[in-house]
Amino acid sequence: MKVLKTIDEALQYIEEKKIERKKKLEDINIFVCIGTGCAAKGSVKIYDAFKDLFKETKRAKVYPLEENNNRIKKTGCCGRCSSGPWVIVMPYGYFYCEVRLEDVKEIYEETILKGKAVERLLFVDPATSQRVEKLEDAKFFKAQSFYIMEDIGKCECDSIDDYMGRGGYLSFLKVLVENKPDKVIQIIKDSGLRGRGGAGFPTGIKWEITKNSKGDRKFVVCNGDEGDPGAFMNRTLLERDPHAVLEGMLIGAYTIGANKGYAYIRAEYPVAVEMFRKAIEDAKNLGLIGENILGTSFSFDIEIKEGAGAFVCGEETALLASIEGKRGIPRPRPPYPAQAGLWGCPTLINNVETYANIPKIIRDGAEAYRKRGVPNSPGTKMFSVTGPVKLTGIIEVEFGTTLREIIYDICGGLSDGDELKAVQIGGPSGACLSEALLDLPLDYDSLKTAGAMVGSGGIVVLSKKTCMVEVARFFLDFTKRESCGKCIPCREGLMQAYHILEKFTQAKGSWEDLENLEFLADLIKKASACGLGQTAPNPILSTLRFFKDEYIAHIDGVCPSGMCTAFKKYSINPDLCKGCGLCARSCPKGAILGERGRPYRIEQEKCIKCGACFDKCKFKAIEII
Amino acid sequence: MKLKRNFAKVEEILKKHNYRQDNLIKILLDIQKEYRYLPEDVINYIGVALDIPPAKIYGVATFYAQFSLKPKGKYTISVCDGTACHMAGSTSLIESIREELKISPGNVTEDLLFSLDQVGCLGACALAPAMVINEEVYGNLTPEKVKEIIKNLKERERKNESA
Ligand SMILES: Cc1cc2nc3c(=O)[nH]c(=O)nc-3n(C[C@H](O)[C@H](O)[C@H](O)COP(=O)(O)O)c2cc1C
Ligand code: SF4
Ligand code: SF4
Ligand code: SF4
Ligand code: FES
Ligand code: FES
Repeated sequence: MKVLKTIDEALQYIEEKKIERKKKLEDINIFVCIGTGCAAKGSVKIYDAFKDLFKETKRAKVYPLEENNNRIKKTGCCGRCSSGPWVIVMPYGYFYCEVRLEDVKEIYEETILKGKAVERLLFVDPATSQRVEKLEDAKFFKAQSFYIMEDIGKCECDSIDDYMGRGGYLSFLKVLVENKPDKVIQIIKDSGLRGRGGAGFPTGIKWEITKNSKGDRKFVVCNGDEGDPGAFMNRTLLERDPHAVLEGMLIGAYTIGANKGYAYIRAEYPVAVEMFRKAIEDAKNLGLIGENILGTSFSFDIEIKEGAGAFVCGEETALLASIEGKRGIPRPRPPYPAQAGLWGCPTLINNVETYANIPKIIRDGAEAYRKRGVPNSPGTKMFSVTGPVKLTGIIEVEFGTTLREIIYDICGGLSDGDELKAVQIGGPSGACLSEALLDLPLDYDSLKTAGAMVGSGGIVVLSKKTCMVEVARFFLDFTKRESCGKCIPCREGLMQAYHILEKFTQAKGSWEDLENLEFLADLIKKASACGLGQTAPNPILSTLRFFKDEYIAHIDGVCPSGMCTAFKKYSINPDLCKGCGLCARSCPKGAILGERGRPYRIEQEKCIKCGACFDKCKFKAIEII
Repeated sequence: MKLKRNFAKVEEILKKHNYRQDNLIKILLDIQKEYRYLPEDVINYIGVALDIPPAKIYGVATFYAQFSLKPKGKYTISVCDGTACHMAGSTSLIESIREELKISPGNVTEDLLFSLDQVGCLGACALAPAMVINEEVYGNLTPEKVKEIIKNLKERERKNESA
């Protein structure tokens, strides 16, 4: 591989790659999504099958184009993982979903050789129930606003040349040439970029503080922990465009004067780790990372640190402790990492998506950047949408988009047979919003007013079948387990709050419990040392705010959604019961009594609600109430 | 003899990470990949090699969910219980594995073939409910599918043994 020695050489190299890429995309190229979702459904085998097929046809000289083996490319997540594996064929733009190994040959024969679409593999747009030929024609994609993901479906995730062909690393070069860190900081400040890690702290200000902090050594750190259950956009981004994140880190390092960087990625994300490792290696080989980069005085080295599964390690001070090889326990701030971070040195820590925004802001300028989003939260945000909607996956929208637009316009509305009850946003320490808030514009400030937060951007749609008390219990179970245990309000308070919620779901809740719960939630929020404890009560507070009637119903002996088993009552409808006795024999508790030929009955005190009888009865005589 | 060979492997891992204290987590991850858990004698060995008190290493090992001080199975099954998966019914997956393997989360089968863990989000939420066996992700699961996957693995092992 070529090693770039000067900035001019690098600029020229990028120009070449741009031309190459443009030419390539005019020709036949097959992109196979190898993101986690598609890979789980066998896309890597599909990729290999295409390669093999091309090798064969090359040998037999069937396929007329030269060096055809290079035409099969790996691309990262296109955001619609649940209908993967995806195969996109350029230049036609056909995008095939749910492709199976058996389909490879047909795609080859119809599309590659004849240029025709394989109709049955095209994506069905739930908005119109029609098959659509091109990505940009489906409402799911049309209703989004791609910026971080602008090359969706046609970028090679494992190729630095492809990234450069898309203009990648030009922003880094520009910054190097101009050699004005203060100007970079000014652009970032003017752009209004806010950290995508959850709290939405202005990135430019953070960079400025870190730059102005004194220290012999400085560090840049990328927070790719993403411990939020239900969120996977950082994973997706690292897998589909690792160089964008790397370039953002390089610019950060140059700006604040760091020579060493760490990317903290959780070990549960092996594909992301692999992709980022390759990105670093390729950048090193090309000369974009190392000593005296491109003949300048700037040197930079970067390492990946794998996280080992602790949610609290996403918190910046805990994360830094973890990088040092210690237990990931948060420490009080100030001093902030920007002042004293890794080994006591000034450290710039940003989220994956925050870094990915940087090269684009440098490329487009602050003013152009601000055209997207709303004044206080410019730009776009990736969200992961899960739950009973027609289309789940990763989306990118401008700040200020409403939940209604996301759920109905982009994700096609609720799945058949489900009705919307609430939307949970912001991870385990986020909030449950009621249907009444569907028109709330999503941005840092308006969510905060509603008692919620953007968090890392997980959106979980909850249907009428979901019990909100159970949801709160579930999140508290998570945060109490993940509390590092250093401060008492968080450690003990979450445990107590959890037990109260458990009482509710087990049909033992009382009015007094409800009062205690409110008191505890407030206390934990105020008295905890780090963000985990300070936000952990949010699920309680928000469900109490919007769904208090469900708590009250639990006290009155009903779980309105029917989710909490403790409230279920199995009973036998004497009109339907044929008296076969099958149920009685399956009951582990001997709770079903009767004699053959006559209707049986269930003794409620003995019943443990296991449901065994329900499954056995052939006459649907057993009812759950 | 066996011990010596073990430590040769440990040495190799330590060397790969330059005997650096700040690489402790990486070292432990690699050790776990090798042994499927963190054996006590290995922890002590690392303590001496890196000049970290073993108690501190235990502190780290017990802090992070990825580490286990008990042996894990050849196939480590991690069922996701993150938000998306929980709402999509991950509890029933655990139940069906419990039925099939007769173990509950945190445990390993007697033949050391399978271990079961309930874990936080795997980042495959669009395929909820999901699980990972070793490094392979399985999505859109049902209790029946889970049983079938495990049965297939059992079958594969039986064949390996007789081969
Ligand atoms: C309990 C807890 C978990 C967090 N997890 C993450 C995470 O997974 N990823 C992340 O980028 N930030 C996370 N944060 C926020 C970080 O502490 C920090 O604010 C962020 O990485 C700064 O980057 P930004 O300015 O680019 O947002 C977490 C915070 C808390 C309190
Ligand atoms: S609030 Fe909780 S997680 Fe944060 S430092 Fe205190 S005990 Fe640890
Ligand atoms: S199995 Fe059904 S029909 Fe038979 S005794 Fe029980 S309730 Fe009646
Ligand atoms: S639910 Fe279970 S315990 Fe209750 S009556 Fe039916 S079989 Fe017996
Ligand atoms: S992984 Fe292929 S679309 Fe998400
Ligand atoms: S919640 Fe299960 S994979 Fe994310």
